[in-house]
Amino acid sequence: MTGTTDLDVREGVDRETVETVQNMGSYKYGWNTEIEMEYAPKGVNEDIVRLISEKNGEPEWMTDWRLEAYRRWITMTEPKWAMLNYPEIDYQDQYYYARPASMQEKPKSLDEVDPKLLATYEKLGIPLKEQMILAGVEGAENAPAEGRKVAVDAVFDSVSVGTTFKDELAKAGVIFCSISEAIRDHPELVKKYLGTVVPATDNYFATLNSAVFSDGSFVYIPEGVTCPMELSTYFRINAENTGQFERTLIVAEKGSSVSYLEGCTAPKRDIAQLHAAVVEIVVLEDAEVKYSTVQNWFPGDEDGKGGIYNFVTKRADCRGARSKIMWTQVETGSAITWKYPSCILRGEESQGEFYSIAIANNWQQADTGTKMVHLGKNTKSRIVSKGISAGQAQNTYRGLVSMHPRATNSRNYTQCDSLLIGDKCGAHTVPYIEVKNTSSRVEHEATTSKVDDDQLFYCRSRGMDEEEAVALVVNGFCREVLQALPMEFAMEAQALVAISLEGSVG
Amino acid sequence: MLKINNLHVKLEEEDKQILKGLSLEVPAGEVHAIMGPNGSGKSTLSYVLSGRDGYEVTEGEASLDGEDLLDMDPEVRAAAGLFLAFQYPVEIPGVGNMTFLRTAVNAQRKARGEAELTAGEFLKEVRAKAAELQISPEMLKRPVNVGFSGGEKKRNEILQMAMLSPRMCIMDETDSGLDVDAMRLVSEGVNALRSPDRSFLVITHYQRLLDHIKPDVVHIMSNGRIIKSGGPDLALEVEHNGYGDLLAEAD
Repeated sequence: MTGTTDLDVREGVDRETVETVQNMGSYKYGWNTEIEMEYAPKGVNEDIVRLISEKNGEPEWMTDWRLEAYRRWITMTEPKWAMLNYPEIDYQDQYYYARPASMQEKPKSLDEVDPKLLATYEKLGIPLKEQMILAGVEGAENAPAEGRKVAVDAVFDSVSVGTTFKDELAKAGVIFCSISEAIRDHPELVKKYLGTVVPATDNYFATLNSAVFSDGSFVYIPEGVTCPMELSTYFRINAENTGQFERTLIVAEKGSSVSYLEGCTAPKRDIAQLHAAVVEIVVLEDAEVKYSTVQNWFPGDEDGKGGIYNFVTKRADCRGARSKIMWTQVETGSAITWKYPSCILRGEESQGEFYSIAIANNWQQADTGTKMVHLGKNTKSRIVSKGISAGQAQNTYRGLVSMHPRATNSRNYTQCDSLLIGDKCGAHTVPYIEVKNTSSRVEHEATTSKVDDDQLFYCRSRGMDEEEAVALVVNGFCREVLQALPMEFAMEAQALVAISLEGSVG
Repeated sequence: MLKINNLHVKLEEEDKQILKGLSLEVPAGEVHAIMGPNGSGKSTLSYVLSGRDGYEVTEGEASLDGEDLLDMDPEVRAAAGLFLAFQYPVEIPGVGNMTFLRTAVNAQRKARGEAELTAGEFLKEVRAKAAELQISPEMLKRPVNVGFSGGEKKRNEILQMAMLSPRMCIMDETDSGLDVDAMRLVSEGVNALRSPDRSFLVITHYQRLLDHIKPDVVHIMSNGRIIKSGGPDLALEVEHNGYGDLLAEAD
C-alpha cells in the first residue's frame, strides 16, 4: 500500500479491485484467533462496571461516572425508530470484558508477545514494524520505519494492545494512546472533555457504552500543531459472545489539524455480536479534523445468520470559529448498522462535511446518515451519501439538517443517491430539515437508480466479467466519496466495495 | 474468420422472430458491409453476435475461427477477438475513460493468459492512439461517454477498438450522427486497423461511409435474411435506386 506513485494508484486501482475479487472469499477477515482469553462474567450490572473500571486501573471519579451512566441506562429503553428488524437483544447474555490472557502484563520484547497475537496482525496486513509495536513491545519504536508512517492503536476485543510511533508523536506534542492510558496519565484532559460532546445520558447505546466501555483511543493535538502523520485505530472483535464498546475522544486545539482513520473487522460467527461505540471530537478555533472509517465488521452469512450489530454514536463539536470537521465513512460490514456521525456547527463559519458509502448485501440492514446542526453564523455543511443495496438488503439514509435561529446566512447542500442491484432490495431516504431563520439556505437532491443492464453489457463486451463490471460501475457511482478518503484507504475501500457485492448479480 | 449459418433469432420477451435464416461468411482480412432498410434486423445481428441478453437463438450457428460463439459469455467472445462498436455507446458515470480502457485491456490479456500492461506501457500506447483519433488527454480523463458529443462517442469506440486489437470488428451504424470531419477521422481510424488477419463487418444505412471504408463485399439484408450479396457496386445501386427493386426481386 505504501510507496506507490500517484500514477499507479490512479490507474491501478481497478486492476487491484478485480484481483481482490477474484482471489478472495466473500469475507476476507472471517477467521478466528484461537487465543487464551480472560473474561469477566456474562451480563452487565454494577459489579461488572466496577470490575471493568478496576481492570483499567481507573481513578474513582471515572468509576463513579460509569456507575452513574449505568444507573441511567437501566431506566432507558432501546430506540426502535430506525428502519431495522432484528431479534430482541439479550443484554445479559453478552460478555462485556474480554482480553487476551497474555496481555495481563505488558510484554517486554517480541519473544514474550503471544505469537498468536502477532499472527493476527500479520494476517490483517499490518506492516511488521508496526506489528512489533502493536503487540506492545517496548523499544521497537527505534527500528527504522518502512514506507509512510501511520501510527496505529490496535484494540483487540476489550483492550488496546499497543500504540505505535508514540515517541515520535510526543516530540510534536501529540498525545495518541489508548483511552484507558489517557484516563491514568492525562486525567485533566479526559475530565475536561469526556462526555461533553456525547453526554453519558445521550441515547440508549451511548449510555451503555459510557458504563461499560473497555478501551478505545485518545488523541490530543496541541495548539497550532499539524499532526506529523496519519493516526489510525484498528478494531478487531475476536472473542465469542462478546460486545465491543470502545470509546474514542479526539481533541484538536486552536489551529491544529489531524487526519484519523478507523478500521474494523471481526471473525465469522453464527451468533450476532453487539458493538456499541462512541466517538467524541472537539474541534476548537481554526482547527481541522478529518475522520475516516472503513467499517467491515462481519455482515452475517448469505442466509442472514450472525454478523455484528453496530450501534454507534459519533459526533463532532465544532466549538471554535472557522473550525472544520469532515467525516468519511465506507460502511460495508455489519448485519445491522445504526450510525449517524454528526456535526455540531457551533463556531461562526465552522464547516461540517459528511461523505458516506453504505453497502448492504444479502440480509444486511443499514440505517445511517448524519446530523448537521447549524448553531453559529455563516456555517456551512455538505452531505454526500451513496447507498448501495443488493440481495434482500434494506438501506436507509436518515439525515437531519437543522438551521437554528442564530445560524444566519448558513448553507447546506445534500446529495443523496441510491443504487439498487437486483429486485429484492430496498433503498429509503428520510431527510429531516428544520430551518428557523430566513437567511439560510438548504438544498437537497436525491436520486435512485438501478445498475443498468446496458452498462454491464457494455463492460462485458469489452472483456470484463460480470463481477468486474459491477465493481467498476459501483465504484464509479461512489467516486465522489472514494476521492474524499486518504489514498491508502481509498484503495482498500475500492476493493471492499467489490468484495461486498460478490454474488449480487447473475 | 466469422461464419454464420442459417441463424434464426427471436426476442426472448415476445414471440417475435427477427432473424430468419441468416447466413454470412467473412474471411480473414476482408471488409464486409451490411445494408438494409430499417427493421431488417441489422442491429439484432450485431447484438446476438456479441452476446447481449434478450435474444433467443432458435436455430442455426455462428462461429469465430471455428469456435462456437453463441455458447460464450460476452467477455469470452471479447477475449476471443470479437468487438462491437456500439451504435449508442453507453455512459458510465464516475468511471474515467482511461480506467475503463485499462481495465478492459487487462481483463482480456488476463483471460488469454498474457501479462497485463503496466501503467507506463498502457499510457504510452493509449496516448499515441488517442492522438491519431484527435482524442484529447482531457477526454481520456472524463467519465466514459458522459457528456461526449456524438462524434466523440464514436471516436471513443474506435479508440477502444484500436486498444483492444480485436480480429473481428463489428461496427453498428458507426456513421450515424457524424459530421463530415468526424466521419473522416473514424474512417481513417478504421482503415489504419485493416490488416490481413483482421476482418470487419460494417453495418450502415448509407453508402457514404463506404466511400471512406472500401468494402470487399456488400450484403443487402431484409426481413432477417441476406437477400443479395455483391461487390462495392451494390452499395452504389442502393444509393441510386433505393431498396425497392432489390426487395421486389427477393420476393
